[in-house]
Amino acid sequence: MDLGTIWFVLWGVLWAVYFIMDGFDLGIGSFMPFLAKNNEEKRIMYNAMGPFWDGNEVWLITAGGVTFAAFPRTYAVMFSALYTPLMLLLFALILRGVSFEFRSKVDSPGWRKLWDTCNFLGSFLPALLLGVAFANIFKGIPIDAEGILHGNLLTLLNPYGLAGGVLFVLLFAHHGALWLAYKSVGDLHDRAVALAGKLWPIMAGVIVLFLGMSFAMTKLFTNYLVNPILFVILLAAVAGLVLTCYYRRAGRILASWGASAVLIGTTALFGVVGIFPALLPSSLNPAFSLTIENSSSTPMTLAIMLGVALVFVPVVIAYQIWTLRTFRHPVTKEDLDYEEAY
Amino acid sequence: MDTLMLSRLQFAFATFIHFIFVPLTLGLSVLIAIMETKYVRSGDETYKRMAKFWGKLFLINFALGVVTGITLEFQFGTNWSRYSAFVGDIFGSLLAIEATAAFFLESTFLGVWIFGWNKLSPKVHLLSIWLVAFAANFSALWIILANGFMQHPVGYVIQNGRAELSSFIEVITNGYGWNAFLHTVTGSWALAGFFVVGVSAWHLLHKQNIDFFTKSFRIGAVFALIFSVAVALVGHRQGNIVAEVQPAKLAAMESHWVTQKNAPMYLFAVPNSNGEGNSVEIGAIPSMLSLMAFNDPSAEVKGLNDFPKEDRPPVALTFSAFRLMIGLGTAMLVLGILAFIARHQPAESSPRLLKLLIWGIPLPYLALQAGWAVAEVGRQPWIVYGIMRTKDAVSPIATSQVAISLAAFFVIYILLAALDIFLLAKYARSQPH
Ligand code: HDD
Ligand code: HEM
Ligand code: HEM
Repeated sequence: MDLGTIWFVLWGVLWAVYFIMDGFDLGIGSFMPFLAKNNEEKRIMYNAMGPFWDGNEVWLITAGGVTFAAFPRTYAVMFSALYTPLMLLLFALILRGVSFEFRSKVDSPGWRKLWDTCNFLGSFLPALLLGVAFANIFKGIPIDAEGILHGNLLTLLNPYGLAGGVLFVLLFAHHGALWLAYKSVGDLHDRAVALAGKLWPIMAGVIVLFLGMSFAMTKLFTNYLVNPILFVILLAAVAGLVLTCYYRRAGRILASWGASAVLIGTTALFGVVGIFPALLPSSLNPAFSLTIENSSSTPMTLAIMLGVALVFVPVVIAYQIWTLRTFRHPVTKEDLDYEEAY
Repeated sequence: MDTLMLSRLQFAFATFIHFIFVPLTLGLSVLIAIMETKYVRSGDETYKRMAKFWGKLFLINFALGVVTGITLEFQFGTNWSRYSAFVGDIFGSLLAIEATAAFFLESTFLGVWIFGWNKLSPKVHLLSIWLVAFAANFSALWIILANGFMQHPVGYVIQNGRAELSSFIEVITNGYGWNAFLHTVTGSWALAGFFVVGVSAWHLLHKQNIDFFTKSFRIGAVFALIFSVAVALVGHRQGNIVAEVQPAKLAAMESHWVTQKNAPMYLFAVPNSNGEGNSVEIGAIPSMLSLMAFNDPSAEVKGLNDFPKEDRPPVALTFSAFRLMIGLGTAMLVLGILAFIARHQPAESSPRLLKLLIWGIPLPYLALQAGWAVAEVGRQPWIVYGIMRTKDAVSPIATSQVAISLAAFFVIYILLAALDIFLLAKYARSQPH
């Protein structure tokens, strides 16, 4: 593999890891208003994400930074062409980010309601927007040779884009329900497991629909037909889908969450592999697509960045796993009395 | 207004708001780590309560630092796409290194620190706040090295229509960037010192928790004085560097029009509006500008008249921001000395001094903002000094999009910043547990 291809793969993997990590807290945020019965249950949910959400969000910053470093033209065109949806995503994440810190700081129901609303919008909208954006990227967006978008926000809200949005919302909510189940006890635990159970068949249905639409409306399968070995990714996705249900029923919640992580990761990789060697395919003319070839940095930069990634990313993964283990205990009522709790 | 002007406004607004919260994070993280170290070493519970009390303020401040930072990371792509494509080979890697080497460490271990008081051994818990403090300041290094490349590009060649990396070592050893980093960090640490001193002074004035706030005051005062001196010394060096690599900025900082040896510095000057010279010049100190810029009273300093008009930065803004920073720096030195002298028995000192120290809190904030205004406005009309103009850097996007996002930035940021400052004030006045 040449450096450009290695970075293409790393680029896809970074986005996949971002969806897996932030997916569970965005998911919890988007069902919180419907599942929580009272303030105490809400606080359990906030604290189930407490030590992790910020570290998870840094995967987004890293995915963005790596796009900038390895494929500057893709970074430039991707974010200027998708200006409005990206701004919406960022504003939503801003509201969510402050809600964690602000919510517990003034003791008044109105104040808490305000930040609960922000947390909900700031979780649901990003899940939806990321899904819409990535589905459109998988399908190709109408950019010309200058990287100028011919269209607007509504252009992105086509059936395939919307299906991607719904898919992401469901994947994340299901993933979050399992995390909450893992981090809670008693009645809330049972309801979280039940929620995952209810979401599963809908999610499975949308996955089948999305695959069908991908076959009919996109060129994603071309690479797979040329290189059938790539179907392994789809097999892994199916295995994740089946195993997450199996483990949940067997009461092995962490394993079920792990299988759900595999499902989310492979869903992202499914599309990324399909668009190779483009990072941002143009639906107007394949010649306008941004590819490894026409958008990557110099070999020197790619090599230096590879060194940086090989040193730091394993370290990051190691200490994030250590953190997940350190705070693996379910959040209980006693934990809510802890002075620093959200 | 066009896309360019709106994008500039948006970027300037977003960075300024981000930079309200950044410096306290940089300095207070270190102070909290020092407090907790004292607790772990001595077992004295006061220091643990101190780490928790100041930690709460730290976290409220940190929240806005994080969320306003995320938008900045993407604004290079959204609003400055031509710039991004042009320098991404160099600039992008610095940003990516910042995220992988610093942001992960900072945010992961901050989570550990918040939730780990009862779950971790005191030593591991202490380690987590030191990691946060290190990572915050380490992130500042990378972002300022990235900014350093825009100010004084090194280690590149222009090839294939873009700036391509020719020496990574040169990029990360850029003297401009390192000195700007030291200047920003020393300023930020001084700011945190004045913050702790000012809040402590408020409580001492109200005769509350005397022991707790005397100890806090003492740590803050030492910090404030040391770093007020350091920021001025490093700032002088920064002036030398600017004189060498950005002569047009230096001339604008001093509103200096005519190239001359033994250039004087004016205590007071008003640049005139037609951009030809000063309408008022009072209190000339002979040869002072030559001395300050080049450490040599007879050195020649190039004046603005020798630069083509289209290469001159906005003079009035650069000049007044620079004056403001120097004035505030001098005031900080005086306040720092007063606080240092009072540090053993601050509760006994005159209420007037304590009030003065409360009013000292905003000074370093203003100085830091003014400093960035000098650095960024003074760099104009270049986005990358000497190789790319700001007007050539902007994204080819609809003006209406930027107008809407700018309006949204204004509303959301001002509301959130106001709430955050309200919460900071509320918890700063609360009693430590
Ligand atoms: C002198 C230091 C400094 C400067 C000039 C900047 N920042 Fe910053 N930034 C920090 C120092 C910092 C910090 C102290 O490290 C913060 C503040 C609060 C925090 O979480 O980290 C931070 C947070 C922060 C975050 C959130 C990190 C997280 O989620 O943990 C991002 C994405 C950025 N910044 C990006 C930027 C960009 C793109 C800048 C350029 C315009 C910028 N910052 C200027
Ligand atoms: C690495 C750090 C930074 C980078 C890469 C950076 C980059 C930029 C860019 C791309 C612009 C837009 C072009 C322009 O209008 O001039 C700009 C302008 C500006 N930036 Fe920065 N900036 C950085 C840090 C800061 C900080 C920390 C501040 C202050 C808090 C700041 C203040 C400004 C201001 C005031 C402008 C507007 C100047 C003008 O329009 O005349 N910058 N900077
Ligand atoms: C009192 C003596 C001081 C001197 C001689 C001085 C000098 C300078 C100079 C020459 C610049 C412009 C450099 C450039 O464009 O790169 C600058 C920028 C700056 N100053 Fe100061 N300064 C002083 C005090 C302060 C104080 C007290 C603070 C804050 C607490 C501060 C914060 C900054 C910041 C944040 C910048 C922008 C970053 C940079 O370019 O270094 N300065 N200073």
